[in-house]
Amino acid sequence: MIVYIVRRLMQAALVMVVMSILVFVGIYLIGDPVLMMISPDASELEREAVRRALHLDLPMWRQYLLFVNDALHGNFGRSFLAGQPAMGLIFERFPATLELAFASLVMSLAIGLPMGVYAGLRPSTPGSKAIMTGSILGFSLPNFWVGLMLIMVFAVMLPDLIPGWPRLPASGRGATVDVLGVPLSFLTLDGLRHLLLPAITLSLYKGALIVRLARATAREVLPMDYVKFARAKGLSERRIVGVHVLKNIMIPIATVSGLEFGQTVAFAVVTETVFSWPGVGKLLIDSILLLDRPVVVAYLVIIVFFFVVLNLVVDLLYSVLDPRVRLESRAT
Amino acid sequence: MSATLSVRNLRTHFFTKEGVAKAVDGVDFDVAPGEILGLVGESGSGKTVTGFSILGLIDPPGRIVEGSSIRFNGEELTAASPERLRAIRGAAIAMIFQDPMMTLNPVLRVDTQMIETVQAHVKVSAAEARDRARKALVQVGIPSPDERLRAYPHQFSGGMRQRVAIAIALLHKPKLIVADEPTTALDVTIQGQILFEAQRLCRESGTAMIWVTHDLAVVAGLADRIAVMYAGRIVELGRTADVIERPMHPYTKGLIGSVPSQNTRGHRLAQIPGMTPSLLRLPAGCAFKARCPIAVDKCNEMPALEEHRPGHWARCWRAAA
Repeated sequence: MIVYIVRRLMQAALVMVVMSILVFVGIYLIGDPVLMMISPDASELEREAVRRALHLDLPMWRQYLLFVNDALHGNFGRSFLAGQPAMGLIFERFPATLELAFASLVMSLAIGLPMGVYAGLRPSTPGSKAIMTGSILGFSLPNFWVGLMLIMVFAVMLPDLIPGWPRLPASGRGATVDVLGVPLSFLTLDGLRHLLLPAITLSLYKGALIVRLARATAREVLPMDYVKFARAKGLSERRIVGVHVLKNIMIPIATVSGLEFGQTVAFAVVTETVFSWPGVGKLLIDSILLLDRPVVVAYLVIIVFFFVVLNLVVDLLYSVLDPRVRLESRAT
Repeated sequence: MSATLSVRNLRTHFFTKEGVAKAVDGVDFDVAPGEILGLVGESGSGKTVTGFSILGLIDPPGRIVEGSSIRFNGEELTAASPERLRAIRGAAIAMIFQDPMMTLNPVLRVDTQMIETVQAHVKVSAAEARDRARKALVQVGIPSPDERLRAYPHQFSGGMRQRVAIAIALLHKPKLIVADEPTTALDVTIQGQILFEAQRLCRESGTAMIWVTHDLAVVAGLADRIAVMYAGRIVELGRTADVIERPMHPYTKGLIGSVPSQNTRGHRLAQIPGMTPSLLRLPAGCAFKARCPIAVDKCNEMPALEEHRPGHWARCWRAAA
């Protein structure tokens, strides 16, 4: 098991190196960050001074080695723009994105899983058909539009039309509580209210995916002999569905949830923008536009590391859910 | 002694879009305590559906048609509530399935699957249930049961899994076991062991057993009586020796004739010509007439299952021939 984890972390390190080179070269080729940052009427002398200060006058490979040297000492450089350490900038905003992604994942599982299992158990009832049709909507509605509609209905129209209807906030994180120095919204009522609309927006697609996956897997598991044998043993329907069927369904669900969670953390930009959620997505977009290389590189390094850890967690979860998966054997 | 199970006019039909498939269409038989009844037939003859009907495990679009009667220890099962059937299943009537690779849930440990079966029927502590599970494993000859209880099904061989399935079936000392081709997927040596165990358990505990199979050779050495099914009906029923040595129905004769033996070496193997008819479009009269070598005009009428010799029944106009 230890061997397995160490191997995975080494793979992660390799990916991080390759990716940092790619990002470095990519941003180097796009253009000169100094042109984006300094006012157009600055003299050539001033520009040269800024370039030297940021080591942009050096050849690319030296800039890269400089970066690697710093990074190995835990320093990912300062944002060209803000002047703050890039890592600090990202970690300031990362908890907000993680929290949003996690809330949307929990929401999509809590709603999608029972719906999907129900649709799998009773495929021909009107309820199941409604669920399946609804899931197509969940797939196909664009995120930003759903976000805007939710804002319009729950933050504007309903509270305006019906007196006393609670007005849901449409921007920001609301009140936060610091836990171990990390600000969290979901521990306060106000924070929860702020979290609700963006989380729903993000959970729609994920929920639809889980509904369809849960239904398909349930349809696959139900005709299995072990389900019929469980009936022949005289087990209650609740135990059969809740244990025998559900535990088998959870295997693909765990994989997809892990992937989806990573996707949301990395690419929640659109939703974060619509709801002015102070997450890391907005920071990344701005940094790319301004060629703020240290922030972009630091962000991608974190995301790669995050994905690796996430996949590791999913794999470990897998071995808990499915005893046939042997982690040791894969590590050799 | 009165019969453990008494099936009368059992009809299980499947109401599909293409029409009504009469998988089981008027089956009568009794099983006495301690008796092993071999239910023999080809695929699609209705033997498995008969087994599942007894446990009330027929899934839609199939159902047991009105007028059918399954009396178990005097209780009418076709009129029993779903909850009552659940209480009987796994306790008084147990079932063993064909493929031991598929009957145990791959993601649950063996102890989980055994303990839940105990606790589904009697209110006992987990420790007590575990102890019963352990004893059941010992009973079917599984070595180091404590260790085996903590294992997952994939860590067992096929024969061992079938033993576990049998141990689960035995947990509540059932009055009746329905075994659906439990040895078909096993090696011949393992098959022999399982057959021997089954026979011993029935003799010792007075458990009645219905052994569903397509393999006459298997039941010939195991069953007390044999019922041969064809197209949803019993065509011949009698003591094993009578049916094997003096078969009356041409279908049974064909089945026995198609078992290869020493004497048939070098000769072309005998086979029954034609195919099992579709259950959706059964011909009028005897379902076997199209494949029957001795069919006559009369066969366009359905013959009744009649006792041509003492205890030996056949559904054929020419049974005496």
